Amino acid sequence: MKDVSFGQYYPVKSFVHNMDPRLKLLFLIAYIVAIFLARNFYGLAACLVVLLLAIAFSRVPILKVLRAIRGVLFLVLFTAVINAFFRTGETVYWQYGILCVSKEGIVFSAFLVCRLILLVTCSSMLTYTTTPVSLTDGIESLLKPLTWIKIPVHILADVMSIALRMIPVLMEETERIRSAQKARGGDIEGGGLIKKIRAVVPILVPLILSAFRRADELGDAMDARCYMASKKRTKYKKLRFTWRDLIGFFVGAALITGVVLFNVYEAFLWLPV
Amino acid sequence: MKALEFRNVSFSYGKDAFAIRNLNFSVEEGEFVAVLGHNGSGKSTLARLSDGLLEADGGEIFALGMPVEQKNLYEVRKNVGIVFQNPDNQAVASIVEDDVAFGAENVGLPREEIGKRIDFALKAVGMETHRHATISRLSGGQKQRVAIAGVLALKPKVMILDESTAMLDPRGRREITDVVLRLNKEEHITVVLITHFLEEALLADRAVVMNKGEIVMEGTPADIFSRHEELLTYNLALPRIGQICKGLREGGIPVGDTLDVEKLAEEIAQCVSSRSI
Repeated sequence: MKDVSFGQYYPVKSFVHNMDPRLKLLFLIAYIVAIFLARNFYGLAACLVVLLLAIAFSRVPILKVLRAIRGVLFLVLFTAVINAFFRTGETVYWQYGILCVSKEGIVFSAFLVCRLILLVTCSSMLTYTTTPVSLTDGIESLLKPLTWIKIPVHILADVMSIALRMIPVLMEETERIRSAQKARGGDIEGGGLIKKIRAVVPILVPLILSAFRRADELGDAMDARCYMASKKRTKYKKLRFTWRDLIGFFVGAALITGVVLFNVYEAFLWLPV
Repeated sequence: MKALEFRNVSFSYGKDAFAIRNLNFSVEEGEFVAVLGHNGSGKSTLARLSDGLLEADGGEIFALGMPVEQKNLYEVRKNVGIVFQNPDNQAVASIVEDDVAFGAENVGLPREEIGKRIDFALKAVGMETHRHATISRLSGGQKQRVAIAGVLALKPKVMILDESTAMLDPRGRREITDVVLRLNKEEHITVVLITHFLEEALLADRAVVMNKGEIVMEGTPADIFSRHEELLTYNLALPRIGQICKGLREGGIPVGDTLDVEKLAEEIAQCVSSRSI
């Protein structure tokens, strides 16, 4: 259970945890827009301030939040390397064929890395502070208008919540299969890229098989508990917009609007480059 | 009224492979029945047939007087709950209370009632302090108790445990059997406990042994255990205490077949004292 922090709920009570999931989802979307509007490090710094505030109010330990980056570490490094080596600029430090290291390239790749890290951490904040059930309730509620064009939103929401629920189970299973293959002398670790990809097969095949078997059993268990997709269900946890959400809405909206405005008009401000 | 009744039921998965063959079996309301059997004896098929998860090829099945068939399935499933084997493959939600609520939500109960049902169900299985816990972080026994609570939230009259203890450690098994026994005695829920652990059958009022899709032995647990030679032919091993009784007899100490540790100790003491005189 070492790498399952991404997409996992962190159970504490906090202002952010109690917030309406719809509000959190909308904030996340607005915040991501704000991140993409940022054109330089000042913009990202402004975004970071908002994120830090959110983390502080969520009572999720900052180390836990940072751990979410591990899941996309490869992507981060890939972005950094590609941009640092393939971008020309005015101040060139080193050049060989199409490879080129320039000051602008390094700055730009650092910028991209920071942006990526912000994106990942803010998304993981949503899953840390929102239970899968309330998250899917939120999505279901936001997508409600789609039922007008006959899209079965509630079934999609059920599918999603089960998928989220199965993440830790399948993670554990992967670990178990990996150990089992190792115990039988399977060469799982080390080797070049091709060898690594090959090594995935003996883990992936049993994993997929067992996922199907699990799906079958889960289906039976759901049937046995009177689940009928076509039937109307009641909801134990109804989403309610409370006065806390109202406060959250004003604070969050003000902050995000602030960042967006800052990022749009920052060019007119006097800031050292 | 009978809680469950099978009349001449047959079921096969393939062409000739009968999982259940001309089975006649019934459970009285409030009864606690243990169904014993080796792998492939048809005992899990029995559970699935009772709830309409499988459809019988021949014969009739009644749950609380209702025929188990397509148009009744909803009512049947409200009243006959099944707890399955794998603790990881039953929970729909990630948080305990959300999962317990699932069944009650499915039958369209109002919110306040669902809340009450969750309170009741979690209390009945002794998990009320874990109401907001993440299921994946619980132990196997705790996960199964949550699964039982999820079934209880529907307030079923019959509960079938389909090898629900098979994947648990001894402690987890004890947790489950304790809960089940209490549900039977205090909540008067009819229990069908399907297992291959003979010692679990000790709790039951009646035990049934299945082999190759047929019922081959039936009686009180004590009666069944006394027929150990027969049990062995069905690949069922005696519980520890039965083995001890048998061993003692073979060693020349004439004790009877008992399942009660205290009673066995007394008998041994008697034998030993009478011999030393």
